[in-house]
Amino acid sequence: MRFEPTSDQRDFAAAVDGLLSASDTVAVARAWAEGDTEPGLRLWSRLAEQGVNALLVPEDVGGLGASRVELVIAFELLGRHGVPGPWVESAAYLPVALTDTETLAALAEGAVGTVAAPPHAPLALDADVADHVYLATATGLVGGAVGTGKVSVDRTRRLFEVSGVDGDGSPAPLDAAFDSAALATAAQLLGAGERLLADSVTYVKQRKQFGREIGSYQAIKHALADVRIGLDFARPLLLGAALGEVPAGAAKVACGDAAYRASRTGLQVHGAIGYTQEFDLSVWVTKVRALVTAWGTPALHRGRLLESLVGA
Amino acid sequence: MDLELSESELAFQAEAREWLAANVPAQPLPSMDTAEGWVAHQEWERRLADARWSVVSWPRAYSGREASLVEWVVFEEEYYRAGAPGRVSQNGIFLLAPIIFDHGTQEQQDRFLPTMATGEQVWAQCWSEPEAGSDLASLRSTARRDEARGGWVLNGQKTWSSRASFAHWGFGLFRSDPEAQRHQGLTYFLFPLDADGVTVRPIAQLDGEAGFAEVFFEDVFVPDRDVLGAPGDGWRVAMSTAGNERGLSLRSPGRFCAAADRLVELWREHGDAVPTAADGVVDAWLKAQAYRLYTWGTVTRLADGGEMGAAGSVNKVWWSELDIALHETALDLLGPTAELESRWLDGYTFSLSGPIYAGTNEIQRNIVAERILGLPREPKASSKQGEPKASSKQGEPKASSKQGEPKASSKQGEPKGVAR
Repeated sequence: MRFEPTSDQRDFAAAVDGLLSASDTVAVARAWAEGDTEPGLRLWSRLAEQGVNALLVPEDVGGLGASRVELVIAFELLGRHGVPGPWVESAAYLPVALTDTETLAALAEGAVGTVAAPPHAPLALDADVADHVYLATATGLVGGAVGTGKVSVDRTRRLFEVSGVDGDGSPAPLDAAFDSAALATAAQLLGAGERLLADSVTYVKQRKQFGREIGSYQAIKHALADVRIGLDFARPLLLGAALGEVPAGAAKVACGDAAYRASRTGLQVHGAIGYTQEFDLSVWVTKVRALVTAWGTPALHRGRLLESLVGA
Repeated sequence: MDLELSESELAFQAEAREWLAANVPAQPLPSMDTAEGWVAHQEWERRLADARWSVVSWPRAYSGREASLVEWVVFEEEYYRAGAPGRVSQNGIFLLAPIIFDHGTQEQQDRFLPTMATGEQVWAQCWSEPEAGSDLASLRSTARRDEARGGWVLNGQKTWSSRASFAHWGFGLFRSDPEAQRHQGLTYFLFPLDADGVTVRPIAQLDGEAGFAEVFFEDVFVPDRDVLGAPGDGWRVAMSTAGNERGLSLRSPGRFCAAADRLVELWREHGDAVPTAADGVVDAWLKAQAYRLYTWGTVTRLADGGEMGAAGSVNKVWWSELDIALHETALDLLGPTAELESRWLDGYTFSLSGPIYAGTNEIQRNIVAERILGLPREPKASSKQGEPKASSKQGEPKASSKQGEPKASSKQGEPKGVAR
């Protein structure tokens, strides 16, 4: 019984965190939102060198064959640093769904993959920059042709319609892949929530009104304490889901709720400055809103959880 | 990283499960806050103790099993899963005993712990006073030195003393140095509730039962041997349990997991009639699971030598709010009969006290904000509230000192024990 990351896992986290901290990820995200994907794809390659893309790819096809614990550790950091790109699709969904070893090897190396999995993930993220685009159908995974782009509340999420191009697809473990994507999204949400809280705490310690730091008022303190408490109890569900102790949907619901509370409270304690696109808080406020409904809405996951509880 | 129990932990779990299955009363005991229920609960404690299940984490010499933290959490899970009775000895074994182990003399340990373990002597906590609730350090009850008799003379009043209506002994803080400020000059006393000069007046709680009481002290003599820790050091002694490595200040998640499982059961029966309760059922289960897993993380950190610290406040807000939400959902499911006496209604009424006792959730949030997030402390009530006048030039038309928050320091909450 050791319900804490191992020292290897902490080292891995520190390495990824170090890379991201030195990469001006906010500038990368802003460029990505403007259509300049060059810095983002460079960062993509550097993260691939760290092994992030290869975590769930089996070892015999050039991956790391790591556990879902490593996956959520990496994705929490991607969320915390606001890294753009189809990470969930490329590093969490496709490595589980694909059986084609050539593409798996390419993804592990840093090729960009994406997928639409209707009805719960109807559009493919960043399909215009992807090397491999798929559509999940009732019968399996098929190649996808990129259609019309849509605008998300999170400007870094460029979503595209995808139509199937070749055949019916062979049977694939799409439910497991969906779970993996939900888990990775939950991790990103937790990371985003942690970032929102950290930035909010910094801000309320600096901002003074009525002669005091606003963080000394209980109205602000209690709101931020609730954010801390929510995140503290979302994390064990994330790690527990990574270990298979609870369904991935439990992590998705809990991390979504906690991160959303962090974003609402964070926005509120910042006041008007937080409501601007220019201020960096906007990167995470908009991302959280988008991720809450990505890869399974809270309603979907709650419904599935209830079914599994009642059936148990 | 794993959630696997070791062979010996699994054996411990199996032994506990087997004993509980064979011994937990088939019918719930009457409420411990009635005369009849009190006796039944004391008998249950005796039964637990005879089989060495009453204080599993204590040393063997005091009827324990020297259970590890992991085993303690496992035991609690099994205990509540089996539907075993609430612990009438809770205040003593979870709140006072860790202090006696850490600060008590050998003589005190030998005198108090054995009867506490068997439930023969049940302890009540005497913290709050009429004018000292959240601001516990402002307590006024006094202890006057009596050199001739070798002890102290207590005067004053305690209130909201859980279990005091029927308990045998009490523990609490008294002001032994009238000159000292707030947290200084307090002494931790142990006293029989039938001592000369002690008057206990039961208070009917929301459900009509005497779960707590007022306790009046009129020249009550306490000999030196019933002082816990050094005179004047009471605050530090009382606070020292918060991070106790025996984990006794952890509120065990087993209780909430068992309640969430029963809620799922209730949903199976009534869900069709009240479909809107669906999210409440899922969330209660999720939050109980979150608490269970969180506790395993805490146990891992404590086993590595970490301290509970302010995380106890994070905990307390979580389980107390979870408890209410869970029971509200149950009452939703019960529909028009929810108001009638039932186990769910009892649980609901009890849950309402959770955000209040053991330090209100407002105090806990202050602690989380100040000690974990590092937000600035409240200005002291005695000092000026910041510089309110200065802010008017920043565009506020009328700043007054009322803009500040009037309450005194939130730096020290109540002792972070959680038993009620």
